[in-house]
Amino acid sequence: MFDEKDMILDAKHVTRRFPASNNRTLVACSDVSLRMYKGKTLGLVGESGCGKSTFMRFLVSLDTPTEGEIFFHGKDITKMKGEKLRQNRQKIQMVFQDPSGSFNPKMKIRDIICEPLINFKRIKKSEKDAVAKRYLEMVDLPAEFADRYPHNMSGGQRQRIAIARAIVLEPEIVVMDEATCALDVSVQKTIIELVVKLQKEKNIAIGFIAHDLGLIQSFAHQIAVMYLGNIVEVLPAEGLDKNAVHPYTKALMGAIFDINMDFSKKIESIESEAPSPLDVPKGCPFQDRCEHCIDICRREPPVLRELGLGHEVSCHVFGKRGGKV
Amino acid sequence: MLRLKDVTISYKERPAVKDLNLSLGQGKICSIVGESGSGKTTVIRAVLGLLGGGGKVTKGDILFEGKSLLLNTKEEWRKLRGTDISMIFQDSGAMINQTRIIGRQFVEYIRTHENMTKKDAWDRGIQMLERMRLPSGDNIMKSYPFQLSGGMRQRVGIAMAMTFQPKLLLADEPTSALDVTTQAQIVRQMMELRDAYKTSIIVVTHNLGVAAYMSDHIFVMKNGEIVDAGDREEILHHPQSEYTKSLLEAVPSLGGERYV
Repeated sequence: MFDEKDMILDAKHVTRRFPASNNRTLVACSDVSLRMYKGKTLGLVGESGCGKSTFMRFLVSLDTPTEGEIFFHGKDITKMKGEKLRQNRQKIQMVFQDPSGSFNPKMKIRDIICEPLINFKRIKKSEKDAVAKRYLEMVDLPAEFADRYPHNMSGGQRQRIAIARAIVLEPEIVVMDEATCALDVSVQKTIIELVVKLQKEKNIAIGFIAHDLGLIQSFAHQIAVMYLGNIVEVLPAEGLDKNAVHPYTKALMGAIFDINMDFSKKIESIESEAPSPLDVPKGCPFQDRCEHCIDICRREPPVLRELGLGHEVSCHVFGKRGGKV
Repeated sequence: MLRLKDVTISYKERPAVKDLNLSLGQGKICSIVGESGSGKTTVIRAVLGLLGGGGKVTKGDILFEGKSLLLNTKEEWRKLRGTDISMIFQDSGAMINQTRIIGRQFVEYIRTHENMTKKDAWDRGIQMLERMRLPSGDNIMKSYPFQLSGGMRQRVGIAMAMTFQPKLLLADEPTSALDVTTQAQIVRQMMELRDAYKTSIIVVTHNLGVAAYMSDHIFVMKNGEIVDAGDREEILHHPQSEYTKSLLEAVPSLGGERYV
């Protein structure tokens, strides 16, 4: 589906285990393999605690996986250290969920935006004004905002500043961890429009974490659905509503409150909550909440199998080509 | 049952809500939709008499079962709150004391309003939790709030609020902090409660999808004023104001508009 030569990031069999009390281990990511392509958006969807943020934190080198490799332009970033790692951080930047918590409250917007550039000695201090102005314009904010403090701004404006700070180093990948979920729907829309605009201008690859499939399918190129640390389905965002086959993806789709939905219909969503990642059941992780669960699901964990172009599913029942749909 | 007549609410001198009219019948669900800062939370706080920061109803009247709430004494409020009118907050976990187990607070709450032994109150609590489909109520009563997931905490909050089968339930962004799957479960459970107890519910939300699914009546607020009001059909298909139209456009939907 994507041009293989545009692939800039390749995560292979990434696993992360955290030690927990009583000699147990928590598997936050289990054998996750994903690829990112130049100028394309990868949407990572799942419930809280499914490991989606853990995975994205590997990309920005905030954490390292227990097993597996992540290749960025052919180099394994999980093994990088020291100055090499520091230089590499310029290429991969992040936007956090809570825009108010991710700024120093005593820094002016100008300094917030220019700090990364100063850190890497890309500009002189005398150029700060001009740079701040240029990037404020880029995120559709007035230039006067350079003199403000973060608390003088609304949540949407702060998120724009966070985006400006992330792109100021001209990164190749920007990771957005639920960047819009603290915002109102109407503001959310304008932020998404901004992100899409910037992506087109600068050809950035975006890794976007969300739990709302409706939102993510509106601007992502490929979508990966995660459940309890496992990727259960990867598919192109276009035609998501028709092509998705995994019961969990369908459950997520059923839980969307859509204004065009049939209101007489009961909202279809799975009952119960995800089990604790400390005791993931043997076999398929989704077995206890799945209505299609059969014998084999309890015994063997399913593997990702290719179902179509850019479409992989990990399911015993629906994961076969020409299988039951 | 509940009626707000030309209500203006001001913080200090600045009006936050202007000339608001709203009425709600028994067993009905209405939702107030709008952006942050549009005054929607102020409205339901006023109904419960809990305006903070120098807020005051400066004009109009709030009638609950024909009686003005504005004239209530402290004692009357104490009787009303938690029994006839209850509230659910955005994050019920933050409402509960983090350092005490759920059960002790639940028991304390029940015994404030009704004369019963601790043992009975404990059992009542378990019964309410199980009615909210929380498995093993006894375990939850013995847990601290931080040991529960967001969805479970929200259900505890609703269970507490429903203990005395209130006539009016006020819900301030009850599902905004939750996962989509949990949100769907909570929404469904709130509607079941309405059917079981004939409780009237006011939901404050910024999610038009949720509002449309749940409510009999929708009010759209902007800058302290109601810009659109009507049933689901009217709001979704024949919105009067430009603002409602822009809100409708902003709701992401499956198979809807794509930006790429």
